[in-house]
Amino acid sequence: MELKQFNFLFLYQETFALTKRLFIQLKRRPSTLVAGILQPIIWLFLFGALFSNAPKDFLPGVDSYGNFLGAGLIVFTAFSGALNSGLPLMFDREFGFLNRLLVAPLTSRLSIILSSFLYITILSFIQSIAIMFISYLLGYGFPEFFGLGIVFATLILLVLFVTSISLCLAFILPGHIELIALIFVVNLPLLFASTALAPISFMPSWLGWIASFNPLTFAIEPIRVSYTSSINLDFIALHAPYGDLTCRNCISLLFILTISSLIVINPLLNKKLN
Amino acid sequence: MNYIQIKNLSKRYFDVNALENINIKISRGSLFGLLGPNGAGKTTLLKILATLISPDDGKVEINGIDLVKKQRQIRELIGYVAQEISLDKILTGRELLDFQADLYHIPKTKKLERIQDLIIKLDMQNWIDRKCGTYSGGMKRRIDLAAGLLHLPEVLILDEPTVGLDIESRNIIWDLLKKLKNDGMTIILSSHYLNEIDYLADTVVIINDGKVIDQGNPSYLKSKLGGERISLKVREFSSPEESEKVKEILNKIDGIRQIVINSAQGYSLNFIAEKEKDLLTKLKVELAFSKFEIFSLTQSQPSLDDVYLQATGKTLQDAEIFMAGKRDLKKESKQSMR
Ligand SMILES: Nc1ncnc2c1ncn2[C@@H]1O[C@H](COP(=O)(O)OP(=O)(O)OP(=O)(O)O)[C@@H](O)[C@H]1O
Ligand SMILES: [Mg+2]
Repeated sequence: MELKQFNFLFLYQETFALTKRLFIQLKRRPSTLVAGILQPIIWLFLFGALFSNAPKDFLPGVDSYGNFLGAGLIVFTAFSGALNSGLPLMFDREFGFLNRLLVAPLTSRLSIILSSFLYITILSFIQSIAIMFISYLLGYGFPEFFGLGIVFATLILLVLFVTSISLCLAFILPGHIELIALIFVVNLPLLFASTALAPISFMPSWLGWIASFNPLTFAIEPIRVSYTSSINLDFIALHAPYGDLTCRNCISLLFILTISSLIVINPLLNKKLN
Repeated sequence: MNYIQIKNLSKRYFDVNALENINIKISRGSLFGLLGPNGAGKTTLLKILATLISPDDGKVEINGIDLVKKQRQIRELIGYVAQEISLDKILTGRELLDFQADLYHIPKTKKLERIQDLIIKLDMQNWIDRKCGTYSGGMKRRIDLAAGLLHLPEVLILDEPTVGLDIESRNIIWDLLKKLKNDGMTIILSSHYLNEIDYLADTVVIINDGKVIDQGNPSYLKSKLGGERISLKVREFSSPEESEKVKEILNKIDGIRQIVINSAQGYSLNFIAEKEKDLLTKLKVELAFSKFEIFSLTQSQPSLDDVYLQATGKTLQDAEIFMAGKRDLKKESKQSMR
């Protein structure tokens, strides 16, 4: 890439155009957005009902199962959205639309990646707010101002982490069938092997170990804490088999994961895009 | 003078030599035609020029700028209209053009003006605000061409822009290309339509099997063949063996040269005859001597197809049928995915 021609305004213009295209697609085909909001709400109802008589004493720091579940569903929604973020790129590859981008004198082809990040981040914020609002109406509470900050910071990290992996897969895998298959295989197991639906104390020890290394858990726990009234980053968020993790620990781990995934995929994306 | 220089360009796909040692020079402001049958390597060459794939060997310069080393600069110079049109079904034509304009960093103030100008030039007013998914083949071509022209490229690269088009769309495109050329744009266009190249191109390169067979001005190439083009049949449908025998007879006659058996036309014999008075009589006598009659004898102006036939021993049509059986298009499109 010829760095001397790097122009910030151009980068803005191309990234904006790419992002705008994704949003126009969303507007004209809103089913993914709607499904992304409906699914977790249905879960909230169903699982909330299913476990409504679960002994509350076992659930750390909350007063009902629905209250416990909210954080898991917010994270799961953002996670699913980010996992799917490679699909539009895959279709662009398959239908040759990507060539249109590749023959254009883009200031940096990272704008293609950047636009996907922006799109998924905004999308998952919209979905999360919708879920939070509905779970508030169901009487499961709402985070305070500082808590909201934690929610969104955590979501951004998770979305960056998962989106970068998904975009990478969109370049590596041969076609959308394979990508969809992989998403399908990864999606639910990662949910069940996290603390989204049950605390580690409910799990057999092998699953507890897995859950306490699952990136979803690192995102879920701080958000769960942000729902409690006394928000404190040094609050113990997770009793992992290897020791207690505070909110700060969880977010730091997520941060490290995100940065390392960006560092790892960068050369690959560069190679595919240049 | 040589605005685009292609030197010793080669590209392989596994076991296929898609391009072999190609040398081409294109002067500024000319309309350059690339003629060849299916699988000749036209798309491969144009994709290299569009910086979509990189050559294995050789060098390309546009206006003195190295195509491999200065990709960004090259991309600003060229507009590329691919063989396979890919539009975003959900965007309207206008939105697509707007999107494209931003990829080329066209300032907001100029954007609307350019888009409007192209809408009029390509007669797209009636459907520009419909979604691309609803467009016919001709509409898709036109919007795709407009997208390639938005940034006023110095070089326009078109890969078979009129294949399968209705006459109206084709004429609109042809007229626009002529106009653009008159305004000084350098245009490179691939085609396997002889009449298209004949009508539009100043210079033509004929490629076959990844190699340049001949190049020059179309009328020069035709006149170079010299003599009179004659097509002879001794029977409505001869067998290959019979035609071989006739070929031997013709071979012995002075003033007849470059004899080719044309399998696409019932194994007729195509050859060039010097403009001699009694050649026809001589021919009749020699054939009668070997018990052949003349079923038909037609004269024609040399066409680019003759140029092609002379160079390869096959008509363009034959070559296409031959290649069609050899390619795995699905596999190719998978492999060319980025
Ligand atoms: N991605 C690919 N992988 C393998 N072989 C390829 C690939 N692309 C092209 N080829 C081969 O390279 C040769 C040239 O192909 P190319 O597409 O350049 O031909 P073309 O002249 O554009 O043909 P057409 O008129 O059908 O468009 C063919 O033999 C083709 O089979
Ligand atoms: Mg082609």
